[in-house]
Amino acid sequence: MTTETAAVPAGGAGMGHGAARRRELIRAQSARSLRRRHLTGRGAVGLCVVAVAISLTPLVALVAYTTSRGIHALSVDFFTKIPTPQGIPGGGISNAIVGSLIIVGLAAAMAVPVGIASALFLLERRGRIAGAIRFTADVLTGVPSIAIGIFAYAVLVEPLAHFSALAGSFALAVLMLPVIIRSSESAMRAVPRTEWEAGLALGVRRGRVVRSIVLRGALAGIVTGNLLAVARAVGETAPLLFTTGNQLFNLSPLQPTGAVPLTIFSDGTSPFPADQQVAWGAAFVLLLFVLVLSVIARLVAGRLNRQAR
Amino acid sequence: MSVTPETDAPETAAVSLADVSVSFGSHRVVRDVTLDLARHRVTALVGPSGCGKTTILRAINRLHDDTGGKVTGRVTVGDLDVYARDTQPELVRSRVGMVFQRPNPFPTMSIFDNVVAGLRLNGVRNKALLLEAAEAALHHAALWDLVKDRLHTPAVRLSGGQQQRLCIARALAIEPEVLLMDEPCSSLDPIATAKIEELITRLSTDVTIGLVTHNMFQATRVSHYTAFFQLGDDRATGELIEYGLTEDLFDKPNDPRTKAYVSGQVG
Repeated sequence: MTTETAAVPAGGAGMGHGAARRRELIRAQSARSLRRRHLTGRGAVGLCVVAVAISLTPLVALVAYTTSRGIHALSVDFFTKIPTPQGIPGGGISNAIVGSLIIVGLAAAMAVPVGIASALFLLERRGRIAGAIRFTADVLTGVPSIAIGIFAYAVLVEPLAHFSALAGSFALAVLMLPVIIRSSESAMRAVPRTEWEAGLALGVRRGRVVRSIVLRGALAGIVTGNLLAVARAVGETAPLLFTTGNQLFNLSPLQPTGAVPLTIFSDGTSPFPADQQVAWGAAFVLLLFVLVLSVIARLVAGRLNRQAR
Repeated sequence: MSVTPETDAPETAAVSLADVSVSFGSHRVVRDVTLDLARHRVTALVGPSGCGKTTILRAINRLHDDTGGKVTGRVTVGDLDVYARDTQPELVRSRVGMVFQRPNPFPTMSIFDNVVAGLRLNGVRNKALLLEAAEAALHHAALWDLVKDRLHTPAVRLSGGQQQRLCIARALAIEPEVLLMDEPCSSLDPIATAKIEELITRLSTDVTIGLVTHNMFQATRVSHYTAFFQLGDDRATGELIEYGLTEDLFDKPNDPRTKAYVSGQVG
């Protein structure tokens, strides 16, 4: 400490001489490094741009390649016909598309209500049980989907002695559940405490506050999170390998059913070019489906957010 | 306390705004403001909410660069043309400090680290200089005696008023010529507010202060000059209605809109 600062009275009665000298020193020192800092900053921005390019390249390449290989397979028949026998050109994947819709629809019907209700529970309770559930959900997020598949096989396929869409739905629901719980919970947590309290202070029942204020405020986030969970599940293959079988056209949830990812797996590994063509077409359809879901998620969220204002 | 500037000494402008407008997208928030902040004086910016006071204040240190606001017109700080093509925003901000509505000390830093953040992050390494600047700044913010024995405890343990004084110290540590204060007392109780006001009066002997406030009494207590803003006839864009010595503006306003506002008839 210099004598100068020691001379500054406790009340700080003015800057005087020391301040002017300090200002010079500070300005000089920071000016000297400003150029270097600017260059460093520019370098850092450059690195970020490179990183973005690196992370986008595989994605763009994947989409472009799948599109270029798969788009030729698309035709009206591709969506409406059932597959031809192995190696025979023509046919379609209508069985797999319908199967996927049934399986994923049922999975969402199971996972969404349970997931949102669990999220509400986590929101309302802070305590050991809530902590344990939250931790379990986090662990469940990391469980390999193939482990979920073999579990569903043991629970729903073995006892019934045959594959079924329902068993696949169950496996996918288990897979989606933790994602739905955590994304819904964080969407609900984003609703400010003050809005809760404003509702309660009006004498409104707690449940009604949750429904009309918390759930309404979090709706955009909940919808987005759920749709993305569905988009994730629709491409899952491992759980279905154990559970749904791969069947021609079927509408009953209790019977073996085809699914788009399974078509990609079985036809993609076939030695016949016609089958591989079908696999690429199916992969392209799956990509389109995920893309559409993501776009819908964004649109819905945007609309709900605008309404909220 | 009311402060009267010596009217016989002509005052130079530390900050000049000429025809300054700020737009966000297609919405012009405030337009055609021509205003000086007199050197080593406190200029209060008053007016109803949403009339562009804060927007104008933030145009002075180029904070709109990062929020997508477009500033037109001319702003000068001393001899520095703030929006000139070759002016670096960092340079402007090293001469113009800012204090925000809510105390915003960096929560991961100690009291000392907060005060010297503007120096360290700008490349000042000299330990003695950092210590000296921190002590001087804390003195100026009337905080030194309170925190000198716990400089290395987290800043967030201080009370709200103390945190705001810490933020003032942090802004002062880089020795700015101008200090912008955006409703610095709006989240503080009357005692903490009184301390900040006392501080503003004292600081104005060395620093030029631009103060946005909703509190008319605060403007009359601490400012030498007052600028009154209000929405224009289109009800969408803020305008500078009247500007002058604080006493004059409150006692004998020229514009009927100013009169209505300061006498509490509207707003």
